[in-house]
Amino acid sequence: MSGYDIAFYAFSILTLLCGVIVITNRNPVTSAMFLVLTIVCMAGLFVLLRAFFLAAVQILVYAGAVMVLFLFVIMLLDLKEEALRKIRKVRAVIGALAVIAVVGIIINVIWNSVPATTTPTLVGATAPLGRLLFTNFLLPFEILSLLLLVAMLGVILLSKKDLK
Amino acid sequence: MNVGLEHYLTVSALLFALGLTGVLIRRNLLIMYMSIELMLNAANLAFVAMSRFTNNLNGQVMVFFIITVAAAEVAVGLALIVALYRKRQTAHVEDLTSMKL
Repeated sequence: MSGYDIAFYAFSILTLLCGVIVITNRNPVTSAMFLVLTIVCMAGLFVLLRAFFLAAVQILVYAGAVMVLFLFVIMLLDLKEEALRKIRKVRAVIGALAVIAVVGIIINVIWNSVPATTTPTLVGATAPLGRLLFTNFLLPFEILSLLLLVAMLGVILLSKKDLK
Repeated sequence: MNVGLEHYLTVSALLFALGLTGVLIRRNLLIMYMSIELMLNAANLAFVAMSRFTNNLNGQVMVFFIITVAAAEVAVGLALIVALYRKRQTAHVEDLTSMKL
């Protein structure tokens, strides 16, 4: 097993473990902190895939901006720990079946399809990504800036004191 | 066995399953929102892995767009949750059963 494989397994197991804690922990703040850890481990996986720019963006935007927003709202709402409630057996079985079926199908398809034969040489550095963004994807890029503006206006409107 | 595309896609599928389970089992709006973020991240991982193993940078541009849209979505969604909390004093979906505010 090479160092690359060990790094892959370490990062993916950490990602999944932190994900499990996110959805099982009853305290929202702990959940948010473990979501940060999940995202940082995923940035590690991005580095293993040579997507350096996206790894940086992942940490800056997700772990930095989005999670701070989440923590702000958790503190603002002053949520108490979620009370334990009775889980109805039928619903639990149906839910578990649905999740297992979806993932089973996906993983089955993944492992039964023809494996990729090309040797990966792609490196997601900033320069080629930026060039692509400002040539082939210029229109979506500009629309995205408009979307951010609209989202900002929406948030300002929604946070007004007397919502009409 | 060397780590290949299949391994990354499997991790992505499992992460998606975690997010889906979170949405199904949790009743706290914020945690459900975090689970949705997990699912978005799983899709991102699949995109980046595919992009790397097909030598095509378009997938990474798509992830860039997804991250931006997710940031906007989180801002609007959290503002909605805060507005809802102001009206109802709760963030549990079981207390939010009627559509009228």
